[in-house]
Amino acid sequence: MPASLVQNESILAIDVGAAVTRAVLFDVVEGQYRFVASGQAPSTAEAPFKNIGMGVREAITNLQNILGTTLLGPHDNNLIAPTQADGSGVDAVVATVSAGPVVKTVVVGLLSDVSLQSARRLAESTYSRIVEKLDLSDQRKPDQQMDSIVRLRPDLVLLAGGTDGGASRSIQKMLEAVGLACYLMPLEKRPMVLYAGNHELADDVQELLGGHAGKLQISYNVRPSLETEDLAPASYELASLVMKLRQRQIKGIDELNLWTAGNVLPTAYARGRMIRFLSKLYESTRGLLCVNVGASATSVTAGFAGELTLGVYPQFGVGENLAGLLQYTEIDDIMRWLQLDISPNSLREYLFQKSLYPTSIPATKDEQAISQAIARQALYLAVRTAKKDFPASAQPARADLMPALDLILAGGGVLSEGTSLGQSLLLLLDAIQPVGIMPVLLDQNNLLPLLGVASSRNHYLPVQVIESGAFIGLGTVVSVIASANYGDQVLRAKLTYSDGTEARAEVKFGGLELLPLPSGQNARLTLQPLRRADAGLGPGKSGVVPVTGGALGVVIDARGRPLALPGDPVRRRELMKRWSYAVGG
Amino acid sequence: MLAPVLHVLPLATIVRERLLPVSGKVSAHVNQRVNPTDVVAEASFAREHVLLDVARTFGVSANAADKLIKVKEGDRVMQGALVAESRGIFPRSIRAPRAGRVMVAGGGQVLMEVGDARIELRAGLPGVVTQVIPERGVVIRTAGALIQGVWGNGRIDNGLMTSLIEKPDDVLTADRLDVSLRGSVILGGHVRDADTLRVAAELPVRGLIISSLLSPLIASGYQMRYPILVLDGFGAIPMNSAAFRLLTTNNKREVTVNAEHFDRYSGNRPEVIIPLPVSTEPAEPNAYVTFAVGQMVRMRRPPNTGMIGTISTLHRGLSSLPSGLRAPAADVRLENGEAVLVPLVNLEVVG
Repeated sequence: MPASLVQNESILAIDVGAAVTRAVLFDVVEGQYRFVASGQAPSTAEAPFKNIGMGVREAITNLQNILGTTLLGPHDNNLIAPTQADGSGVDAVVATVSAGPVVKTVVVGLLSDVSLQSARRLAESTYSRIVEKLDLSDQRKPDQQMDSIVRLRPDLVLLAGGTDGGASRSIQKMLEAVGLACYLMPLEKRPMVLYAGNHELADDVQELLGGHAGKLQISYNVRPSLETEDLAPASYELASLVMKLRQRQIKGIDELNLWTAGNVLPTAYARGRMIRFLSKLYESTRGLLCVNVGASATSVTAGFAGELTLGVYPQFGVGENLAGLLQYTEIDDIMRWLQLDISPNSLREYLFQKSLYPTSIPATKDEQAISQAIARQALYLAVRTAKKDFPASAQPARADLMPALDLILAGGGVLSEGTSLGQSLLLLLDAIQPVGIMPVLLDQNNLLPLLGVASSRNHYLPVQVIESGAFIGLGTVVSVIASANYGDQVLRAKLTYSDGTEARAEVKFGGLELLPLPSGQNARLTLQPLRRADAGLGPGKSGVVPVTGGALGVVIDARGRPLALPGDPVRRRELMKRWSYAVGG
Repeated sequence: MLAPVLHVLPLATIVRERLLPVSGKVSAHVNQRVNPTDVVAEASFAREHVLLDVARTFGVSANAADKLIKVKEGDRVMQGALVAESRGIFPRSIRAPRAGRVMVAGGGQVLMEVGDARIELRAGLPGVVTQVIPERGVVIRTAGALIQGVWGNGRIDNGLMTSLIEKPDDVLTADRLDVSLRGSVILGGHVRDADTLRVAAELPVRGLIISSLLSPLIASGYQMRYPILVLDGFGAIPMNSAAFRLLTTNNKREVTVNAEHFDRYSGNRPEVIIPLPVSTEPAEPNAYVTFAVGQMVRMRRPPNTGMIGTISTLHRGLSSLPSGLRAPAADVRLENGEAVLVPLVNLEVVG
């Protein structure tokens, strides 16, 4: 539909998360799309409710109360659409969903370091857990591979392999194992299959698997040639397959599908769509990094010159999967982020208890501190995992550093509902440990995926909403890499405001310094590193850079990269308190 | 706001679906009275499969191979039975490596299922079968006390319950378990060492109902062959007073411990059922309600995890919590008289 025909329509965007359901209204105000308001309610995908519709309606009811208008019919509690003469209702609805059990996935490829890796990356672009991998190096017999698939009862099989016009016999053997495994499973439990391998085998795939898979989708090859990886078309097919799976698993998705005329996407996919779009729109020369710490998963989305890396990690989600976090990290690695003096056992019990009640929230200061420490480690792990799949052009100078970024955009309950913006920023700096100079934005209302799904309805909406200041600017961060002792001076900084006044800072290694610069204001920042420190301009290089303001102004993080925390717990806690105090306590 | 309900009920009608994981044969019939350990359905399934690639072994096309296959779909074959034989002066043969059943014969291949395993589905609770779900299982209805928990080790059993708990924060230790408890379902408090689980297994007991478990013991818990049901969670959490009162007053009664895994999507959760005779059938409990003043609630999170209280005020809009977060919340009067502000998402209604 041409944008001109829909540019005045109000859009209700619904996000059904594992813990929280949000209803957000976008409407035209003074000729531009704006984020108007958001209502939320606990999600109801899980028992005892087992129908997302209840949470959706409660979120819309809360939105109605904020807006003072009617969106749900008073008698049937159904959505009023389109907008009525009395102002009730909305014109269109879009939705994203991240609620639902983790998608058990089998990935199949030919070469373990080529097509299997592409299939793995494809699987990681959604809420999946890889339960089995099959490739040519697999020493098991076909019947053993088949039995393994039957035993694991996957929800999804992702098949890749063979360049277009390349290998076919080896793929057919793999197809046989998958096809027989599907055949052996009860009809209602057969996995959905996405084939994204040698495109010339599409007919064979249809013949071999079409009658046995729960649903078969054939996509473009993720490896059209050995040197080329193109996940985008298959990611879209995968997103649509995941929504079909959710329809099978969760009540209420059908109704959402009707309301939205099919405009429902997995949240992570919709977020990825926006990051790719922003990366192109702002002609980012380095990269945009978007992180989201959610109950269902922690996701890391990076756009480097329009090339998207999307990693969705349910194992690092801070909801029901928390009990499994210790399979990926040591308890001490979480303890290191705590300002509290508690025992490792207390922390362990917290993880297990919280996983029983993923929708619950910290009620005390101590619980909040524990929750933030866990989120730090979950995000730390997710970012390091995603970094391995960043494109070659985005590889950092040193393996233990992050690549330089143009922007960080963060969201998720732990960050957006944090106790203060300073604490949210500190969590991001600790976990991501960015290098260089970049603004950091907070998506406090988790709008990004909703803008992503709304973009398929209206191209102008995302741009206009973002330009209207929908995200909170936390500040511009300057990270300093230096080889120095704690307390050594490593940088002189001078901030020159637009009115000519100045603020200065003598930055010592191990510290955090803030130079005030309110949101919406620009200034010039003069950096003069000492001891060959690198403040984003190169080792020992001085210079002047334009910076934009934010809630915390300009934040100079001279704590070093990678961040080295003292081994002594008393000293470490003391230091963390000092950093916490520096960003406002 | 909608509120999940934790069932701690002295008398309710309990309806439970019991299903096989795979298709099988249902042996129970409608109106049949069943005991917890009665088998109501059974299924057999193949542990493994064997794929015999006839075409590849004989080096012929799939079509040619199909003509050499001597078995057909559904055939039961013994180990060493002839599956396919080539032609010529020196014919070669393919024989069944193990006894099994032919699932598919065609396309130049033979797929056999081998290593039959049987699953017996037990009733899990005493009651009357009200519905048979063909090839899958039954619906059973009973009346009695119902107490739900938060974690189970996946096992199920029944027996006479013996209480070893005097107050909600008691710790159950191995030295409390003696031979007189053999065959009993033990009601205990917090378990903090693997020895307690091991000694209970050695007696053996028919089940363990406890308030809380240290999380490092979860792995040991799964290894135990008797059901372990945790009522309140992980760590040193006292038993919630509602469950404590109900269970201790039913000491020496026959109970069923269904320590199935908590499945947050299906709603299946571990539970204790104490069957009771009734003259008129009590109501079926609601799975969820709307939060309201006067409701009895249980705290799901610190600082008062597991404690029972009553909602005295439901605040409008969002309330500021000591954590710094803002959320819909209620004032709850605890049983010790203390009033606390609790976010609604940290509460569940007891009833």
